[in-house]
Amino acid sequence: MSSETKQILTTDGIPLEVSLKKAEKKNKIKAFLLVAPLLLFLVITYIFPIGDMFMRSVDDRMVTNMLPKTFKAMEKWENLEELPPEEVYRGFYEDYKVLVEKQEHGKLGQRLNKEKNGFNTITKRLFRQIKRNKIDESISIKEQINKIHKRWRNVEFWLAIKRTAPPYTMAKYLKGMDMYVASDGSIAQVDEDRRIHRILWLRTLEIAFFVTLFSFFMGYPIAHLLATLPMKYSNLLMICVLLPFWTSLLVRTASWMILLQQQGVVNDFFVMIGLVGDDNRPEMMYNKVGTYVAMTQILLPFMVLPLYSVMKTISPSLMRAGKSLGGTPFVAFWKVYFPLTIPGIGAGCLLVFILAIGYYITPALVGGASGTLISNQIAFHMKTTLDWSFASAMGLMLLTGVLVIYWIYNKLVGVDNIKLG
Amino acid sequence: MALPSYTETRYRIWHYIYLTICTFVFFFLIAPLFVIFPLSFNAEEFLVFSEGMKNLDPDAFSLRWYKDMIYGTKNPWGLAAKNSFIIAIFATIGSIILGTLAALGLSSRHMPYKGLIMATLISPMIVPLIISGVAIFFFMAKAGLAATHTGIVLAHIILGTPFVVITVTATLSGFDHSVTRAAASLGSNPVNTFMKITLPLILPGVISGGLFAFVTSFDEVVVVLFLAGLENTTIPIQMWTGLREQLSPTILAVATCLILLSTLILISAELLRRRSERLRGINR
Repeated sequence: MSSETKQILTTDGIPLEVSLKKAEKKNKIKAFLLVAPLLLFLVITYIFPIGDMFMRSVDDRMVTNMLPKTFKAMEKWENLEELPPEEVYRGFYEDYKVLVEKQEHGKLGQRLNKEKNGFNTITKRLFRQIKRNKIDESISIKEQINKIHKRWRNVEFWLAIKRTAPPYTMAKYLKGMDMYVASDGSIAQVDEDRRIHRILWLRTLEIAFFVTLFSFFMGYPIAHLLATLPMKYSNLLMICVLLPFWTSLLVRTASWMILLQQQGVVNDFFVMIGLVGDDNRPEMMYNKVGTYVAMTQILLPFMVLPLYSVMKTISPSLMRAGKSLGGTPFVAFWKVYFPLTIPGIGAGCLLVFILAIGYYITPALVGGASGTLISNQIAFHMKTTLDWSFASAMGLMLLTGVLVIYWIYNKLVGVDNIKLG
Repeated sequence: MALPSYTETRYRIWHYIYLTICTFVFFFLIAPLFVIFPLSFNAEEFLVFSEGMKNLDPDAFSLRWYKDMIYGTKNPWGLAAKNSFIIAIFATIGSIILGTLAALGLSSRHMPYKGLIMATLISPMIVPLIISGVAIFFFMAKAGLAATHTGIVLAHIILGTPFVVITVTATLSGFDHSVTRAAASLGSNPVNTFMKITLPLILPGVISGGLFAFVTSFDEVVVVLFLAGLENTTIPIQMWTGLREQLSPTILAVATCLILLSTLILISAELLRRRSERLRGINR
């Protein structure tokens, strides 16, 4: 070894280190350019729109834009227990007149009515007064408006207008959890008999949990059988898993609808073996039973395939070693085999749970009223009530849940274990 | 799986219980698909096995629902099938091109931020479909692509690429990069190397990813329900409407055809998987 550290040069006389770095950078750019088209495509058509969902879900600029003068004047309204000063009334009157000209006053009335019941009536009264030119701008607007209806003299209604001032709102998220902002600004629960969303969230979690559990208990034995049988038998049996996997979801749902209907095959079978009488066939569809059965069968392959691919790598000699060291087959299974399959269990449960939590088609078809899930509610608001901002808010709440599960899974097991059959 | 002769009785019993459970589960998995076959040949209009069918009376079976599917005047299946195939084929091509390129980049050891980018690229697979549907709908509505074939194809490319990315990355993980270097040292340019060396070797992965993408598109209903207009109806949408409104046996005829199609896809996917494993030198 030479004592002096000499810089190594390439043939062009550039130091090797520099040359290597340059090549490295070139390779980096090359690799990135290959990924760029898809990345760009996804960011534009998919990632940004999810951000757009967020914007829609918190957006509340409608009133902010409709009543600019009112909100400007409201900055001077200090004593919130008394009616606002004349400027606020004048600002509101002027804003409202602009809206009447643009014929947008109805929208404002409806929006304010959501904030405080009874608003629609009094804005309509104001509208009539303006239409008939009954309001004299040279004298106090406050007194004239207060005369129109007693509610205009109620400070609660002015506070309601004030609450709509911020351009962003969390109201949709609160609504998704059956809560709302009360008139004093605190967060309150809706009446017990109207808490529909919380029931849906709980039901979604419950169904996803039990479907995962059922799939696990059904999937584990057959994955084990598939992994331990000789190839020629296991290939044949694998078809039983793969054919449903590749078959259209709607086809499988259709077959469950046929099987589970009241005159269906399952009920026929129950009658035949004398389990139930012909005249009181149980309702197995359009309720939770139908959802459980159909979803378990549909999602089972997603449990079996990751389990199988992990079990396939476990050498049978390990079990033999466990037994030869004195363990009973149960001990050998529990202490040796089972721990080795945990990555597969994790991947399978994660896949099934995440798929189940966002399920839409099957519950909508076989679930009936007591089997619908949160996704059905999102679709309902997208397509029927057209409350897109609420649908977005619920979607994002669901997405947050999924990402949290995914994150926990990644911490516990590691995402790299997911395989596609 | 024969038990060794020295097995104790109680374990023997356990073993048979285990086999029975397995039989039930396999039955549970596969049997529902087979209900559809006989019922699709039903001569009557109801979706139950008639007395005649139970007695195997030939008059109780007919092809009338298949005729209805193909020649029925009000039936939208022709248009739906055409749309489904067009959309699925274009979505598959798009997914394969974008997904394979991305997988090539991701498999390079020089790729920066690999974890983050991979997570972004496969996110459409993790995010529940209903959320993807809402997000994609917002984009397509803004871009003026709602209720167009283009919009649906783009949406299905979003949903299909993760499969291609995953399968091709998996194939490339066992890929011997010295062959491309050998080609380069022999004077081949990168494009030529890719077409002549890399592509043939990763082709099984590409095609099986493509199959996933095809099936995803062909079977996709959640996103299409948001995007499709009357003109863009697809087979899944027709099935969905049919199942919601009235269960007609024509749907079962269509379902039978779909099961046959998925059997075909299953066979090709299986053959490809074996070929890929052979090429990658994984012996079992």
